[in-house]
Amino acid sequence: MRLEILKSLNEERAARRAVIVVTDPTGGAQRLVKAADAARDPLKEVLEKHLRSGKSGMEETAQGKVFLTVHVPASRLVITGAVHISQALAPIARLVGYDVTIVDPRTAFASIERFPDVNVIAEWPDKALPPLGIDRYTAFVALTHDPKIDDPALTHALARDCFYIGALGSKKTHARRVERLKGQGIKDADIARIHAPIGLDIGAVSPAEIAVSIIGEITARLRQAEAA
Amino acid sequence: MLARDEDILKAAEDWRKAGRGVALATVVETWGSAPRPVGSNLVIDDKGNFLGSVSGGCVEGAVVTEALDVIETGKPKTLEFGVADETAWKVGLSCGGTIRVLVEKVE
Repeated sequence: MRLEILKSLNEERAARRAVIVVTDPTGGAQRLVKAADAARDPLKEVLEKHLRSGKSGMEETAQGKVFLTVHVPASRLVITGAVHISQALAPIARLVGYDVTIVDPRTAFASIERFPDVNVIAEWPDKALPPLGIDRYTAFVALTHDPKIDDPALTHALARDCFYIGALGSKKTHARRVERLKGQGIKDADIARIHAPIGLDIGAVSPAEIAVSIIGEITARLRQAEAA
Repeated sequence: MLARDEDILKAAEDWRKAGRGVALATVVETWGSAPRPVGSNLVIDDKGNFLGSVSGGCVEGAVVTEALDVIETGKPKTLEFGVADETAWKVGLSCGGTIRVLVEKVE
């Protein structure tokens, strides 16, 4: 690989933009295609297929066999609620490979003492979320139990097409949430994308166990997108 | 520290910029049960230091050895590893799969 390709690849990754390295497996010739340029590429169809799946692989094309190394941005987890569950969820998610951000306007919750080494933003979601550039490589989890904080954040996560969206609360709490979101004109199909009650059904009781059930559900959604 | 994919490619760039000879190994094809998915990277320098993985630790030693050769000659190599033949002490995968690994020099 030429150093300039590697450099450009690392730049795109740092900027959270998807990119594919196209390699001729016989001759070794290589080029880099940025996601934004894929639509104009001669290999448009296979490139777009791989950008969607995020998977690398060998492909037969009109120009012969090519190997595609697909780099999609590292998954992120954005949480509303600097609550007890988040104190367990943040470190578990980091271990699994997520960059974690917590948003909570309540400064008593969003303190550095409670969340060492985590990016905590003590602002309302309408101010905190837009600059984060939340995208389809982001998982979003609403944990405050407070509609004033969770509802606008959920609406934002739906609009940005997060690959996983979950909200804490019982079936009853969620039914009330569904009514409120409908009242704001959110479509049924979008509301159905919210995982609630949140987490896999593993009988979790403690905050840390609930965090495990949430990260399990996020992983299932990421790795078995069709099934979960 | 656990190396994530972004650290591996960043290391490849940094090591090369620091003047070290560097090779990048990439899993390009897998058959059967393979320990690491297609696209996984292992970066190797000319002193045999490495970061990342292309298997569960079964064939990294062999890949590093081949990488030193690639760094020296500049010619890419494709390596194939199958099931370990225990009697012959051959390098292979204990999980029963087969992987093909492309090793190329960073230049």
